[in-house]
Amino acid sequence: MELRRFTSARVALGRAGHGLPTAAHLDFQEAHARARDAVHSALDLDALEAALGLPAIRVASQAADRRSYLLRPDLGRRLREADRARLPPAPGAFLFVVADGLCAIGVQRQAPALITAALPMLRRAGLGVSPVVLASQARVALGDEIGEAMGAAMVAVLIGERPGLSATDSLGLYLTLGPRRGRTDAERNCISNIRPGGMTPAAAAEKLLWLAGAALRLGATGVALKDEQPGRALLP
Amino acid sequence: MGFAHAVGGTRYLFPDLRTLLARATPLRSGDVLAGVAAETAQERVAAQRALADLPLRHFLDEAVIPYEADEVTRLILDRHDAAAFAPVVHLTVGGFRDWLLAAGPEALAALGPGLTPEMAAGVSKIMRLQDLVAVAAKCRVVTRFRNTLGLPERLSLRLQPNDPVDDPRGVAAAILDGLLLGSGDAVIGVNPATDNLETTIRLLDLLDAVRDRYAIPTQSCVLAHVTTSLLAMERGAPVDLVFQSIGGTEGVNRSFGVSLALLREAHEAALALGRGTAGTDCMYFETGQGSALSAEAHHGCDQQTIEARAYAVAREFSPLLVNSVVGFIGPEYLFDGKQITRAGLEDHFCGKLLGLPMGVDVCYTNHAEADQDDMDALLTLLGVAGVTYVMGVPGADDVMLAYQSTSFHDGLYLRAALGRKPAPEFEAWMERMGIEAASGAGRLPLPPALIGLL
Repeated sequence: MELRRFTSARVALGRAGHGLPTAAHLDFQEAHARARDAVHSALDLDALEAALGLPAIRVASQAADRRSYLLRPDLGRRLREADRARLPPAPGAFLFVVADGLCAIGVQRQAPALITAALPMLRRAGLGVSPVVLASQARVALGDEIGEAMGAAMVAVLIGERPGLSATDSLGLYLTLGPRRGRTDAERNCISNIRPGGMTPAAAAEKLLWLAGAALRLGATGVALKDEQPGRALLP
Repeated sequence: MGFAHAVGGTRYLFPDLRTLLARATPLRSGDVLAGVAAETAQERVAAQRALADLPLRHFLDEAVIPYEADEVTRLILDRHDAAAFAPVVHLTVGGFRDWLLAAGPEALAALGPGLTPEMAAGVSKIMRLQDLVAVAAKCRVVTRFRNTLGLPERLSLRLQPNDPVDDPRGVAAAILDGLLLGSGDAVIGVNPATDNLETTIRLLDLLDAVRDRYAIPTQSCVLAHVTTSLLAMERGAPVDLVFQSIGGTEGVNRSFGVSLALLREAHEAALALGRGTAGTDCMYFETGQGSALSAEAHHGCDQQTIEARAYAVAREFSPLLVNSVVGFIGPEYLFDGKQITRAGLEDHFCGKLLGLPMGVDVCYTNHAEADQDDMDALLTLLGVAGVTYVMGVPGADDVMLAYQSTSFHDGLYLRAALGRKPAPEFEAWMERMGIEAASGAGRLPLPPALIGLL
């Protein structure tokens, strides 16, 4: 029906009695199955390092497996004790943490392109960049502990977003100035929906650079830092 | 003062009411995360037995969060109606469960103002699902704005036409689809993608134009923050219902950016607009177990007791609609279909018992151990329990909030399976428009051109 032209929502599905027609029902089941499997996707760390073309340090949170990760977000925010010693000091540097989050697919696909695009811009802006850290079973706040241990000035956590029925490859980025344990989400800026059909990795890299510059001038990230990057409006 | 009970040769001690309630709560991941859950099944049943022996009066003597520390506790105790409490004042929590199972609808309706949320939460912890269904089904709560909600043998639907970028064409298309499938008598309510005044006003104007053009006897709502709605009202925007997410402690409400005083201000502003034609119930609240722990404002209480306390906040403002968004919060609070199902029925029972027009967003996220079968089961149980309304989302897939709720089709199923009808004014409108006949034949009796879609 004509309504489909105006929305990505599941409108005009038709009816079989009061229920969904078989095709619409199975379309939904397929999308849910894809999202469920995506939650259990894992980072291919070798492939990620190869795509980055950079030396990387591998760490994990205290959540031992996916079930523990889902049930205990507090464990996903804490670094595994044995991994702390592997983090080199990087005082005053800009730090990238690449984390699996709730779905590794978008991280695997979009994170290398984003970092590759951002690195020359960050260096031109005079920011020293530390080695990239790859974190498994990680929540956003794990970046605070990693950044604190390395003495980084700022951390950008690239993390997989919760998969939806329409997208299972969405990457989010959380920028925190002065990372240390106990930072709250109100002290971060977020760039979300980085994926094909959403924001491109190149556009996200430009926004990241803008936010990083504004954060250094303001001395803060989070609610105090409003995204006023000049650019396109969301709607025509 | 403490409580104790022996089970299997072990004597279990519970130092205070808050701990007793938490240990008596059926297992859920959020209470384990908070460290307040019983450690064994036998400790849980010991707490349930100790709770069953506790006089209901005790809830008036011991607050789970101190009176001095929390404005929600002050609201609960200051508003307690001793006369309404009289019929059950002599009972224990266990005796109260038996009383509820035997009581008639009139006795239940009269009791609401005499109950504290903690009493409702407490008795629910020693009730099975069938008890929660059976008692809720006897509760009658009727509210009115432009139509009448909550009448016997009725089931209403909130039409939820969310769009990922607040595109008015996407919202309008979902509204038309929902109206054709009989949804929208509870409210046509949009969650805006960004909480921004201009967007909110644009959506309010759109919703009002659709409602006005087709003379639909229902109400609209943009579920923006209450401060945004206040600004929209100042600007003369057509606000029917004022929405706000609320919780059961002063701290969680602060994390939502609200207080009782702010809610009072918004309620008075909406009342002053006088837009209701059938009644003056003009607030819409959403709640959900786990929000207080998420905001670190739970004071060592279990999440279901805190959730019930949110209903004391809601009932202060005579809402048209209240719903628990039960499965939205994620598996660290409600892990799977079993936990979501029990929580949904608890929330509906406690809300209804306290006198609220209770709906439930029967829903789940993709990282929870739940699927459409779990939602069908909870939806059907809630229908039997007499839920006031559920959500209607195109194809059960909310493309803005990225979670799964119930669909327009689910609403049709539940009405047909249980012989329920829409609100009477809305039912008459559907007949007038020939919607059911046209929808079955795949035609569109509401021309999209009229709202500028084509």
